[in-house]
Amino acid sequence: MNERAVVAQGAIPADSEIDGAPAIAVRGYWQSVLRRLRYDWVTIIFGLVVLAIVLAAIAAPLIAPFDPYQQSIVGRLKPFGWRGHPWGTDELGRDMMSRLIYGGRISLVMGLAPVLIATLVGGMLGVIGGFAGRVANTAIMRTMDVFYAFPSILLAVAISGAMGGGMINGIISLSLVFTPAMCRVAETATAQVKNLDYIEAARASGAGTLTIIRHHVLGNVLGPVFIYASSLVSVSILLASGLSFLGLGVQPPEPDWGLMLSTLRQSLYVNPLGCALPGIAIFITSICFNLVSDGVRGAMDVRG
Amino acid sequence: MSTAVEMLPYVDPRDRGGAAQPMLIARELQRHFRVKGAGKGAVVRAVDGVSFTLFKGETLGVVGESGCGKSTLARLLLHLVVPDSGELVFDGDAVGERGGVNVADLRRQVQMVFQDSYSSLNPRMPVQDSIAFGPMVNGRSKTEARRIAHEILVKVGLRPDLFGPRYPHELSGGQKQRVNIARALAVGPRMVILDEAVSALDKSVEAQVLNLLRQLKRTLNLTYLFISHDLNVVRYISDRVLVMYLGQVVELGPAAEVFARARHPYTRALLGSRLSMDAGRRIEAPPLVGDPPSPIDPPSGCRFRTRCPHAESVCEARMPTLGHWEDRSSHVAACHMTTPDSGHSLAGAA
Amino acid sequence: MLGYVIRRILFAIPIALGVSVVCFSLVYLAPGDPLQTVLPPDATAETIAIVKHAYGFDRPIPVQYAIWLWHVLHGDFGRSIASQRAVTLEVFGALSNTAMLVLFAAPISFLVGYGMGALAGCFPGRPTDRIVTGVAVIGVSLPNYWLGLVLVIIFAVELMVLPASGMGQSGSAAFTLWHWSDAKFLVLPVTTLAMIPIGIIARTTRAAVAEVRSQDFVTTLRAMGLGEGAVIRHVLKNASPQVLAVLGLQFGYLMGGSILVETVFTWPGSGFLLFKAIINRDIPVLQGSILALSLIFVATNLVVDLLQAVMDPRIRRA
Repeated sequence: MNERAVVAQGAIPADSEIDGAPAIAVRGYWQSVLRRLRYDWVTIIFGLVVLAIVLAAIAAPLIAPFDPYQQSIVGRLKPFGWRGHPWGTDELGRDMMSRLIYGGRISLVMGLAPVLIATLVGGMLGVIGGFAGRVANTAIMRTMDVFYAFPSILLAVAISGAMGGGMINGIISLSLVFTPAMCRVAETATAQVKNLDYIEAARASGAGTLTIIRHHVLGNVLGPVFIYASSLVSVSILLASGLSFLGLGVQPPEPDWGLMLSTLRQSLYVNPLGCALPGIAIFITSICFNLVSDGVRGAMDVRG
Repeated sequence: MSTAVEMLPYVDPRDRGGAAQPMLIARELQRHFRVKGAGKGAVVRAVDGVSFTLFKGETLGVVGESGCGKSTLARLLLHLVVPDSGELVFDGDAVGERGGVNVADLRRQVQMVFQDSYSSLNPRMPVQDSIAFGPMVNGRSKTEARRIAHEILVKVGLRPDLFGPRYPHELSGGQKQRVNIARALAVGPRMVILDEAVSALDKSVEAQVLNLLRQLKRTLNLTYLFISHDLNVVRYISDRVLVMYLGQVVELGPAAEVFARARHPYTRALLGSRLSMDAGRRIEAPPLVGDPPSPIDPPSGCRFRTRCPHAESVCEARMPTLGHWEDRSSHVAACHMTTPDSGHSLAGAA
Repeated sequence: MLGYVIRRILFAIPIALGVSVVCFSLVYLAPGDPLQTVLPPDATAETIAIVKHAYGFDRPIPVQYAIWLWHVLHGDFGRSIASQRAVTLEVFGALSNTAMLVLFAAPISFLVGYGMGALAGCFPGRPTDRIVTGVAVIGVSLPNYWLGLVLVIIFAVELMVLPASGMGQSGSAAFTLWHWSDAKFLVLPVTTLAMIPIGIIARTTRAAVAEVRSQDFVTTLRAMGLGEGAVIRHVLKNASPQVLAVLGLQFGYLMGGSILVETVFTWPGSGFLLFKAIINRDIPVLQGSILALSLIFVATNLVVDLLQAVMDPRIRRA
């Protein structure tokens, strides 16, 4: 190594790495995730279905052929295509198609709201638990362990059952079901990042704990938390419809898929196909969210 | 090699003690870690009574086997790990004490470059933001911090427009380490601790980075504490050398003297274990056998005695002291053989 | 090993206590006066006074919890508001019916799920893997109670070969497994229940097997000249602790998750009991069955952890 040559060149030392630097396009992490997703046609197709369901739910008043609450004594449990009802009518003579479209609104809210709440609350607790000292960590994580000790459907039923039915209570109980798992994911991710050298380097630069969490921890916890949250949406939709089916979620006469299943069950022998429809709606929504979540997970796990 | 004093082109306004005041004095630094599952009250004596002086403008190399407490020592100096006891004096001011320099001020003036160039950079941040983070935390505006980051990138030999917006995984190991150095320098430190900063690099890249470090030291008037297990690298960059064994200093002295006339048997063994390019000087028997004893339960007396060819009863009975370590030129070793009338049969011979 | 067992059991105790606290607080989650929620609406003033004193409703909440826990530890969960029977009797009767479902459903779903997952994991990327992965996604996305309804539509409504619901003429007490007239009532609920965990088990097994297969020691085995069959045996053995963990979890979920399936088939198990308790706002029964089911879940997890430690020595040291 010729040291004199180095000094002679002044501020920039001779470095082959400069000349040899490939002119690659610089991409952010999320940009590269999106780029990978672009080639994943399964995820794109199912993502489009999810988008269609969301749009249909938002535009329900525009596209629903009938008023979802309009009952008819003569038109009960009619088959497909009866008097302009494309999917027939339910046990009170209400239009099935309209009720299914409106039902998407409730199902999406019940699928997304608890996950969102659990992500915020659980994520925050997890980051605090991961970054704080042993006492705070033990207090938070052991409390979470207790809620973890219930099978998820049982905890949801217990809380909703005690508080009574209704959409808000359903959202509260499902949020409580998802918070511990979310907290664990965030805590694990935080604990992994916490001991890396760049956190220590940030501390050495004089940064306080909050600044470090904001700049260096959250960005790295976000990935795993997002992956996990996306996988919970379909679970949440299934659990919420299950609660409604038990009479613990949305109350009649609201058009909720789980509730529709529960009421149509009485007329199983009269109109078996109509009885299956809300289940198909739940299944399609849930499987689409599942597959999109799988695709996103696959795209995010790869380190470029 | 020029001496430290000649390298000072101007007086740093932050230089409070003057050129004669050492940058850092560590006295009897100690840090033990509690260990789980190894019996009650078991501690790892990671750093056990370490004392040394770091003079302004010099590079002090710290060598020793892995697990000897080098990295803990580095973290103690920055108060990233709080010492159990001991005294730390930065430029004449006691660290963390009333009337002295507080930890935040210390961290503005002392920075650290870590070994693992992957985990030392936030993977989700463009490197220019990682570099700008320090200045931003210390009150600079975003644009100003970005400007500083770009200036420093130029100084470490990376084109800001090309490398600034990149993410760590888009850089080579050498480039990442340059970014790490830039990140440390962005705060404008007077002293930099390099903890195995070049150890993970390929030999050719290592040489480039070492030269960069020497050159930066000159232009930015820096003081280095250079930690490495690689004796050749330490010899290349250091003015003085400190040898650690099981959390203690066993030898301290000017680099040329330590490498030419090592006084501690451990240092001699380390030097003997270097790979030689010269076929005639190949060694047949390893100079050091076995692993170092556990730092949880170190040997009594001299900690090296279990692996020392010259160990005698006095080595087991008493712990040797380092002697007068405060001066720049003193070459001292914690060995009974170097102290006359210590009771060792070879005392005074070495 | 013994140390690990003791530590793990000691760790389960605070969890079980925490679970009991959650169950206890259900009374306070219910709207209205907690005393009202545990008493029938037509209770006399005398009964109210007796219960109020016996359960300490006039005392501070921690004391109430202690009293409640004391009663629970002695097997007293209070009385059902709906049936006036002791909650303990109701819950245990129902639990045995649920256990009957689970004991049939669990082996079916474990075998099918494990088989599918192992097959897919051994041939990653092949058509087998694709099919299994697809079926597994469908499995985890299906609302199982709806699947139950569909099965009822097909086999009870259209084909009329199997009964749609209930336990048959003889009821819970005289149910005899070896008489087809009784056993046929099991077919649909067991099938539906078994479908729940198949997807998750298949997915986890596939991931575990695929991960083990990519480890270096598998390459070493092949290099040593081992046949593919022997290699697969090694892989499956090394993947078993992870698989066991998910099986244990799913067993617990089957016990707890039977509520929807039992409701669909009006199978008189603990889930259906829970459903009736919700409809009748029968809080003591709700409390009792939830506590019983979640304690079973805690115990299952404990057993699985210990089994895992037996199989994987690394866990014992942790």
